[in-house]
Amino acid sequence: MEKTDKIRAGDVREASRLIRSIEDSVPEAKSAIKHIYPFTGKAQVIGITGSPGAGKSTLVDGLIECFRKTGKTVGVLAVDPTSPFTGGAILGDRIRMQRHAEDAGVFVRSLATRGALGGLSKAVGDAIHVMDAMGKDVILVETVGSGQQEVEIINHAHTVLVVLIPGMGDEIQAIKAGIMEIADVFVINKADREGSGKLQREIMAMLDMSPIPAGGWRPPIVKIGNAFDPAEFEKGLEELTTKILDHREYLINHNLLGDRIRRKRTHELNEALREAILEPVLNLLVSSGELDRMLDRLQKKEVDPYTLAEEVAKKHLTGCV
Amino acid sequence: MAKRKIRVMVAKPGLDGHDRGARVLARCFRDAGYEVIYTGCHQTPEQIAAAAIQEDVDMVGLSCLSGAHRYLFPAVKKLLVEKGADDIVVVGGGIIPDQDFQYLYDNGIKEIFTPGATLESIVKWVNENVKPRN
Repeated sequence: MEKTDKIRAGDVREASRLIRSIEDSVPEAKSAIKHIYPFTGKAQVIGITGSPGAGKSTLVDGLIECFRKTGKTVGVLAVDPTSPFTGGAILGDRIRMQRHAEDAGVFVRSLATRGALGGLSKAVGDAIHVMDAMGKDVILVETVGSGQQEVEIINHAHTVLVVLIPGMGDEIQAIKAGIMEIADVFVINKADREGSGKLQREIMAMLDMSPIPAGGWRPPIVKIGNAFDPAEFEKGLEELTTKILDHREYLINHNLLGDRIRRKRTHELNEALREAILEPVLNLLVSSGELDRMLDRLQKKEVDPYTLAEEVAKKHLTGCV
Repeated sequence: MAKRKIRVMVAKPGLDGHDRGARVLARCFRDAGYEVIYTGCHQTPEQIAAAAIQEDVDMVGLSCLSGAHRYLFPAVKKLLVEKGADDIVVVGGGIIPDQDFQYLYDNGIKEIFTPGATLESIVKWVNENVKPRN
């Protein structure tokens, strides 16, 4: 297949077009993914998440620079939210990364969430495969600005950075479930601001109570100063890059990288199964008018949704139910 | 299968920091249901063309209020054509004298919007002239 050969040779236009087809759920995209799938799995995938305005895009821009200095090629997938009303989106993350636009070793692609929950786009998993097959050494995945519950990134990244800024809440925020649990590395961004020491202590107290995983990785906390003070900013970035590499080494040395990859595979398979099993049935119910009839019965309270679902399963999933 | 969505880029080439118009347009395109990539101020034609290809957009809207549109707009179109992306529609807007229109059309700029063009008329034009690729 010529197109997939081009992608493997690093052709940006072909790759971006495939990502577009994945986003638009074009059937051809799936066959292209089948072709490139065997050539994936080499890239290091790093997730960057945190609240809106925490400085994720600026941080990604800095990380691109750090990885490029060591000769690595970089892919970036930057996700921004889709309007629930119009379906439109403003994808503005790459504004911070435009200095790399002409660098052939950097490929930045913006994605809109298109209604997906969890802080990412449904296309992100396959988009990672595309960049991976292109031969990108490092893939940085920036989530939408996320608050507490958007933890989908753990299904895709080998290393997750949670970016925090001072002044976003008290210590109760630090012990809540969700995003604070998924960090492999904490970043305190804008650390020149008041309250960064307090935030650091709160994270440390939270970590003190967390169980120590196999091999004993305790998420380090990296403080990064004002991006307008280049010397300070770079110092922080260098430390962050070191911690990211340390984490990868830790995963490899303790045979944990396989677990992360298996988590990703589980997620992929779940999605594929849902698509292959649920969607054909749903399409059939819609096209035959059965779904409307079911909704009418529901509305008249003749039946409940669970009974209806069981009826559909009995009819279409022979052998299972 | 989901319907293909229109992706557009709004860009400001050259030494021109007046981006109110570009931002208003970006917002207006969002409300029209497009995915809009905004690349910020002070971009070179090379940066804009590279970003347009990386983002696989259907249209690039260039805003220029500095008077350098005769150089900058055709430069973006030329780079896109060189990179095999001649299907990406390039339009321009800003302070553009009437006598420059023909020159820009001749150099591949598909349409020009000047002060007074309503947001509705711009969206209408895009809906009629820019199709998401197959």
